[in-house]
Amino acid sequence: MMPDARVIAMDESGPGRARRRTEAGDSGHAGEPEDFGPGVDVPHDEDRPGDWERRVAASLAFLRRRITGEYEVDEFGFDPELTDTLLMAPLRPLYRQYFRVEVRGVENVPSTGGVLVVANHSGAIPLDAMMTQLALLDHHPAHRHLRMLGADLVFTLPFLAPVARKSGATMACSPDAERLLARGEVVGVWPEGFKGIGKPFSERYKLQRFGRGGFVSAALRAGTPIVPCAIVGAEETYPIIGNLKTLARLLGLPYVPVTPTFPWLGLLGLLPLPSKWIIEFGEPMQTDQYDRAAADDPMLVFDLTDQVRESIQHTLYSLLMQRRSVFL
Amino acid sequence: MVLVTGVSRYLGSRLARALQADPAVSRVIGVDVVPPAEDLGSAEFVRADIRNPVIAKVISSAEVDTVVHLAVIATPSGAGGRSSMKEINVIGTMQLLAACQKTPTVERLVVRSSTAVYGAGPRDPALFTEDTEPRTLPRSGYAKDVAEIEGYVRGFGRRRPDVDVTMLRFANLLGPVIDTPFTRYFSLPVLPTVLGFDPRLQFVHEDDALEVLRRATVEDHEGTYNVSGDGVLLLSQAARRAGRPTLPLPAPTAAVAGQLFRRAGVVDVSPEQLDVLTYGRAVDSTRLRTDVGYVPKYDTPDAFDEFVRARGRGALTAERVRWVERRVVSVLTAGRGG
Repeated sequence: MMPDARVIAMDESGPGRARRRTEAGDSGHAGEPEDFGPGVDVPHDEDRPGDWERRVAASLAFLRRRITGEYEVDEFGFDPELTDTLLMAPLRPLYRQYFRVEVRGVENVPSTGGVLVVANHSGAIPLDAMMTQLALLDHHPAHRHLRMLGADLVFTLPFLAPVARKSGATMACSPDAERLLARGEVVGVWPEGFKGIGKPFSERYKLQRFGRGGFVSAALRAGTPIVPCAIVGAEETYPIIGNLKTLARLLGLPYVPVTPTFPWLGLLGLLPLPSKWIIEFGEPMQTDQYDRAAADDPMLVFDLTDQVRESIQHTLYSLLMQRRSVFL
Repeated sequence: MVLVTGVSRYLGSRLARALQADPAVSRVIGVDVVPPAEDLGSAEFVRADIRNPVIAKVISSAEVDTVVHLAVIATPSGAGGRSSMKEINVIGTMQLLAACQKTPTVERLVVRSSTAVYGAGPRDPALFTEDTEPRTLPRSGYAKDVAEIEGYVRGFGRRRPDVDVTMLRFANLLGPVIDTPFTRYFSLPVLPTVLGFDPRLQFVHEDDALEVLRRATVEDHEGTYNVSGDGVLLLSQAARRAGRPTLPLPAPTAAVAGQLFRRAGVVDVSPEQLDVLTYGRAVDSTRLRTDVGYVPKYDTPDAFDEFVRARGRGALTAERVRWVERRVVSVLTAGRGG
């Protein structure tokens, strides 16, 4: 068998995600409250105080399922229960109070069926991916899970790799993208990859090259719409003013950013700046008018890639014009 | 007229018995180097080594038309050392194929392969299809043997295009009885894992494996097929279902620990298995469903639960956890009520 025979087209970067992975937790929405097992008096909501017990019971049921392994993960390793209750929980305050994310055009993401969301990437660590995921989960009428395509680096790193998979990410490669789209999932892709997320602050909101357009081929093959998504605010979370190239090489990382606060302030420097965010989902571009063979037409693929890129860039500029201030 | 190699082992003897029940099969000959541990029924047993040209005489004198090659060994301890394992796997297959090539009566060849041919790495697609080229060529051990066996089988297919070749790539076999590296691993009181990784694992139940082998033998299903139960289990999840605690070891020490375990003969953790325990591996067995028309009775979680049920759980059983939960809930509600 030949090694290196595959062409993996997409080199977008990815979604590293929530650090917290404790198995305890006090989340109120932990699974079905009736799942206590037999012999338990299920407190019904005759009165308000019952709520509290129900919450505890639900949390205990969740805990029990986690301890006994009675939960389901899909073939990609996505664990919806863990994602909804634990992984997303620490991101919500960040989303609501810290970045005060404003979501626009969420109705452009269809409620059912496969769709490819393509967005700009920035801000040193993929907070933008996490916030987009949360936006679709909490604010889309169908509460859709965004399945992100991550850079291969993510899946080689201990601790990060399993969390990425559990939160719904998978390695950015055509077979996985097509499989997810064909299953009717919302797939998220950040085609600028490390070029976008690690670019210096001086180039903020200037879209980098869009990989090799592999994401367009995947959408063409699956016949699913492409939704361009513009994210404003992430650029200012960690303004990259320098790159420790030697250290990056030593660590095997694509970049080690220097920001006004990092590494000077140590751990405190890891705190993102509280910029005000806008995430705008654009009009979906339909791909079903092309036949499947179109995915192998490089001219068309480049053309569509450019269209998506232009559309995001255009939205970015108009959002920047509307923005009153970076932080308000 | 079916010849089964590796008949003395669990799957081989079960297949030999299952084939006798089939009216389309007139005679079953089982070949192995050791006498079968279990009853083969009316199947004939020939004590022969497939590494020896004698096998050609057995095949031609009995006018065998279907050869089922199961004598592929996954662990060095099962063969008395890595070099003899390699010899049985690779030289044995070459001899067997040479014998088949010379025997005009042979019409069908069924080979037991493994999803190990795909390797396991961080850059793999989530699911391997039969057409996926592995990103990393297996460097050593079982996976390399299987890759070589597949290579020889493909070569044979080219030289004897009239023979239908079926290659079955099995995921990790699991079940109440069968003994594999994974059944041994999950029988350890504490499961060593690789720190910071939680691989996706896939299993196929022994009954499903047997049925797929039987169909491939008596029906016409030329081609290569992944054989696996649907879905995946994460290692952490499997450990919890088995009620066994895990002991995460940092990757460098995990390799050393693997070797220690191997030396001690506790469980065979080869480097390629360590890759699976780090990065995981899952395959797409759609082709089995559509072309062979077989849907495994047990999906991956079911197969694993069946295994756990038969072999016994560790200390942390679901019943105990449920009991503790019930206690806590009743204490809480009683506290509120009083």
